[in-house]
Amino acid sequence: MQTITLITYGKFDTELLERMLSEIASDLGMPVKHLQGHIDMSEFYDAGRRQYDANRLITVVDASRPKDTFKTMGLFDVDLYIPILTYIFGQAYLNGRTGIASLHRLKNEYYGMKPNKQLLFNRFKKEIIHELGHTFGLKHCHHPPCVMLSSTYVEDIDQKESHFCQQCRDELRMNQQIILREF
Amino acid sequence: MSKQISLLIVDDEESVRDSLYNWFIEDGYFVECAEDAKTALSMLENKHFDIILTDIKMPGMDGMEMHRRIKALNTKSIVIIMTAFATVDTAVQALKDGAFDYVTKPFDPDELTHLIKNAAKQITLEAENVALKEKFVDLENVDDIIGNSEPMKQVLREVMSVAQSNSSVVITGESGTGKELIARAIHSNSQRKFFPLVSVHCGALSESLLESELFGHEKGAFTGAMYNRKGRFEMADGGTIFLDEIATISPKMQIELLRVLETKKFVRVGGNKEISSDFRVICATNRDLKSMVEKGTFREDLYYRLNVVNINIPPLRERPDDIPLLVDFFIKKYCTAMNKANISIEENALKKLKEFDFPGNVRELENMIERAIVIGDGKKIRSSDLPLAKDAFDSSYESLEDLEKVHILQILNKYGWNISQSAKALKVDRVTLYNKIKKYDLKQPE
Ligand SMILES: [Zn+2]
Ligand SMILES: [Zn+2]
Repeated sequence: MQTITLITYGKFDTELLERMLSEIASDLGMPVKHLQGHIDMSEFYDAGRRQYDANRLITVVDASRPKDTFKTMGLFDVDLYIPILTYIFGQAYLNGRTGIASLHRLKNEYYGMKPNKQLLFNRFKKEIIHELGHTFGLKHCHHPPCVMLSSTYVEDIDQKESHFCQQCRDELRMNQQIILREF
Repeated sequence: MSKQISLLIVDDEESVRDSLYNWFIEDGYFVECAEDAKTALSMLENKHFDIILTDIKMPGMDGMEMHRRIKALNTKSIVIIMTAFATVDTAVQALKDGAFDYVTKPFDPDELTHLIKNAAKQITLEAENVALKEKFVDLENVDDIIGNSEPMKQVLREVMSVAQSNSSVVITGESGTGKELIARAIHSNSQRKFFPLVSVHCGALSESLLESELFGHEKGAFTGAMYNRKGRFEMADGGTIFLDEIATISPKMQIELLRVLETKKFVRVGGNKEISSDFRVICATNRDLKSMVEKGTFREDLYYRLNVVNINIPPLRERPDDIPLLVDFFIKKYCTAMNKANISIEENALKKLKEFDFPGNVRELENMIERAIVIGDGKKIRSSDLPLAKDAFDSSYESLEDLEKVHILQILNKYGWNISQSAKALKVDRVTLYNKIKKYDLKQPE
């Protein structure tokens, strides 16, 4: 059975995490495991940008993925960047085995608005499924409200749903033999 | 997308090339990289690239010189210059020399995406102008618009013809007819499809919230506004904004909306800088705007501005022939979702559905089918599984499920959406509660 592993780095709200594991498992129809990762985050910190290097973090997650797992996502709560961009919400190896995503810029508080647990959960879930979609080989999709639409800021994420559109599903079935449940 | 757009990235830094390569591959472009100008030029001799994204400062030949030589090659490639802050002046010179645009490193993801989409749009437009005349374009993203009846075919014909234009559209239809699906179809088949479709449910927001939602706000505009925030009109730049339940907006918002539509310019709440945005507007309503205009509750000038094209979605009772198709579609959808084998529907039940008048339209039919699959015997949907007895007393929605939904919501609100406490009070485990929240689409009030 194809398994998905979520590795968390740092402390996450237990309720959010439990719910994430259960919803991703039921949405994708695959077992989802959870591991706690242990790395020294300060090694990835860029003092000049006051952000964390997502390119190096994804290699670390990739190296620590369980060998028997199908796809692995590293989950963080820090501000991620790649050299050329001011920030990213997450990234993944296209058609690869690993992705990462961060809660940091998904929080309402980051934008000076009232915290909203439900909204935060939804955003994070969409971001995780989106990056998993890339590891399944999916590129960005032009069919709103598909989860594979590219999102460059949070409000974009709120505009889409947490599931793949029919076209993306068809592609998954043909290229990866992944048959997903309907939403 | 009709044609895959090709991109050449020229930069001496490997990490920059890799990051950009990954970013654009995920966006569906064909991408190649070169580490210096010389390599890039020799690649260009053998192959055409639609867009060339090049650094300005590179060892050997710099980006400016490369741009000049590319121009000499007489290709149609669009050249975009990447620059650090220090070299912005040079970049401006490049613009004067005919470069398409420039970006300053490191870029905002949004800025970069927008820039490339603009270039891609220009290329696609040129290609499509050539092809458009004789070609019958297949509609994209219409898989969930179900119907083979003449009225629905007419709706799709209208979608196709209006998609190509830039006109404002008002989609009318009773609630539950699927107006948002039509808005999506228009957007997905227009030249704006590379840019976002941004939806706003006007009816759900108070006047002041709607204002800040649409126009954004500046830091300090009101208590709690600690940061600047983009509004929906800004987000829709290049794309489409979908305003649902347009009839519900206040007279003040009607004036503001009219102003934005006329000028395509606005300021954020609490700000003074004028922002412009290139968007197309699609509205939806289940009300009769024309009669609201006559009664004076909806501005006439706004009405004419919005209602350039009207697409009316017929109620389900006017197209009973689509009911079997819809029933099949929903059976497939919900059986898969519930991990059940596809079931069928009794002849008699289908006949009754075709005679029912569906005040809640397609959404009501969908809910009925979902419910019937849940409560039925797992083999066939019988008429007894369907709440069609509207003559008895109008309480067909007072089902146990509805009661459960309302009760769960009350408990959640009582415990401030603390899942553990709520689950304890309901005497269920947390996973069950999460599943119920999801099933009934319960949302925490803001
Ligand atoms: Zn993506
Ligand atoms: Zn899709």
